[in-house]
Amino acid sequence: MKTLLELSNVGMAFDTPKGTFEALREVNLKIAPGEFVSLIGHSGCGKSTVLNIVAGLLQATDGGVILDRHEVNEPGPERAVVFQNHSLLPWLTAFENVELAVKQVFRKSKSKQEMRDWVAHNLELVHMAHAMHKKPEEISGGMKQRVGIARALAMQPQVLLMDEPFGALDALTRAHLQDSLMDIHRQLGTTVIMITHDVDEAVLLSDRIVMMTNGPAATIGEILPVELPRPRDRLALADHPTYNRCRQRVLQFLYEKQRKVAPLPRRDTTPVRRQA
Amino acid sequence: MATLTAPQWMAPYQALIKGQINRSQMQAILRQVLWPVMGIAVFLLMWQLAASHIDTSLGKFPGPAAVWEQMGNLVDEHQQARQREAAFHERQEKYIAMRLAQDPDWVPVHRDYTGAPTFFDQIGTSLITVMSGFLLASVIAIPLGIVIGLSSTVHAAMNPLIQLFKPVSPLAWLPLVTMVVSALYTSSDPMVAKSFLNSMFTVTLCCLWPTLLNTAVGVTSVSQDLLNVSRVLRLSALAHVRKIVLPSALPMMFTGLRLSLGIAWMVLIAAEMLAQNPGLGKFVWDEFQNGSSQSLSRIMVAVVVIGLIGFLLDRLMLMLQRALVWDKTSAQR
Repeated sequence: MKTLLELSNVGMAFDTPKGTFEALREVNLKIAPGEFVSLIGHSGCGKSTVLNIVAGLLQATDGGVILDRHEVNEPGPERAVVFQNHSLLPWLTAFENVELAVKQVFRKSKSKQEMRDWVAHNLELVHMAHAMHKKPEEISGGMKQRVGIARALAMQPQVLLMDEPFGALDALTRAHLQDSLMDIHRQLGTTVIMITHDVDEAVLLSDRIVMMTNGPAATIGEILPVELPRPRDRLALADHPTYNRCRQRVLQFLYEKQRKVAPLPRRDTTPVRRQA
Repeated sequence: MATLTAPQWMAPYQALIKGQINRSQMQAILRQVLWPVMGIAVFLLMWQLAASHIDTSLGKFPGPAAVWEQMGNLVDEHQQARQREAAFHERQEKYIAMRLAQDPDWVPVHRDYTGAPTFFDQIGTSLITVMSGFLLASVIAIPLGIVIGLSSTVHAAMNPLIQLFKPVSPLAWLPLVTMVVSALYTSSDPMVAKSFLNSMFTVTLCCLWPTLLNTAVGVTSVSQDLLNVSRVLRLSALAHVRKIVLPSALPMMFTGLRLSLGIAWMVLIAAEMLAQNPGLGKFVWDEFQNGSSQSLSRIMVAVVVIGLIGFLLDRLMLMLQRALVWDKTSAQR
């Protein structure tokens, strides 16, 4: 198997006023080009930390990340992130938000007209062409997240990193966006790492589901390949034996092997701002 | 709050004219017109009652009617002064024309009119001074606030100084500013008067702080998500400030600017009074020294006008804020 992205022996320790907190220990993962991988685990297990290390927003204290033979040391548009809270600039329209990213990445390689076309193309890809000149406050949460995805895709990333992208949306909107994401993934063949809490979402979208043990010193507990043919249809899958077996395995991992018995970690002891 | 768009704002009044008014529209009219008018009426009544019971060495404390009368007098005086000025220039032109007719080689000398400034001249002087001081303060405070907001090191270094100087009264600065301006500004043909510089720098020193602190807080509180976006896009330091930090901090910055302008206006009147620098403050002080039976009424006119101008300056800033800032909820009132 060809490897695009490799995490080797990644460990992360945070220095807090109460002492050092070891969030991750020996995380090893290889991801192939075009693969869709989900990270799933309980709150506070360090899923976001893993994603932020791949994004370069955090520096691993142990081990490292290699993307396409280059070590990851800082954030960059080749590892575009779709944030949980859309993170659009509220003073710019949808178009301008995507344009900011496009201008930054393609300033030297594309003409002005090409850049404008590329922005519009990406907004069409996420079905936002009709509202591209609206500001974030004028569109719904699902639409904002679509624009966030368009912005990330417009950077033509080698890996698309998604931090619980649909976590804040209602069930119907979430289903629509999942379908859109599957379409886009099929069209573009983008490599995706997505954090999720949602077992159904993980099984529906992923080629592999990476299940993480509970922290502190969280690591990868199991990796489950989802051998379902694509394109996948959520209605047809409901009775599919493989689908149900995968679902069962993830649920078993989360609620038997890694059952949370300890009380949930208190906010003030949580070292990173947004623990998944 | 009524919104800015005219049709919505007008709707209750249009309904009133048509006679199809509903409860909500009625309440809107009461809230926007009737209650404020009632408030002012009650205030005027109480003022009149209280005034008739206060005897000062300059006669009874002026009631609303006396103040209104003096307002009219001040307008008349201003117009008379303007006429005198026009007449002066007319006489001068005639005289020069006459002299030139007698002796074509004579070089005419144009003299400026030197009458005492009227109440309205003083308002003009004060407005120019306050805007200059406020602009200078903004030009210093906004960039400095951004730097302080961006760097916790600079913040830690500057914070004690800011906390120390922020609460200083303008009256304490004034003698120092006056002496420093006298020492450093020694041009024989000064472009602007020293008194103008004294007032302006005092205003600047006092109204610097709200803009500085609010800008710094605005910059510090840029959302972590947006900072991450900036990092993923690898924005340069300049682009980061221009595209992410400044727009994010703009609402807070405007809050600071509005506070600063309010302080600037208050400080200016005090500085003008104390230092006898031209402006509304000097008008008040001159009237107080003058001590005629009309002085208190004329001072009261100044008080009302000072309040009115302060209010209008604040509205002006609010309009600017609404026009420039993306976050409309930050510019509600």
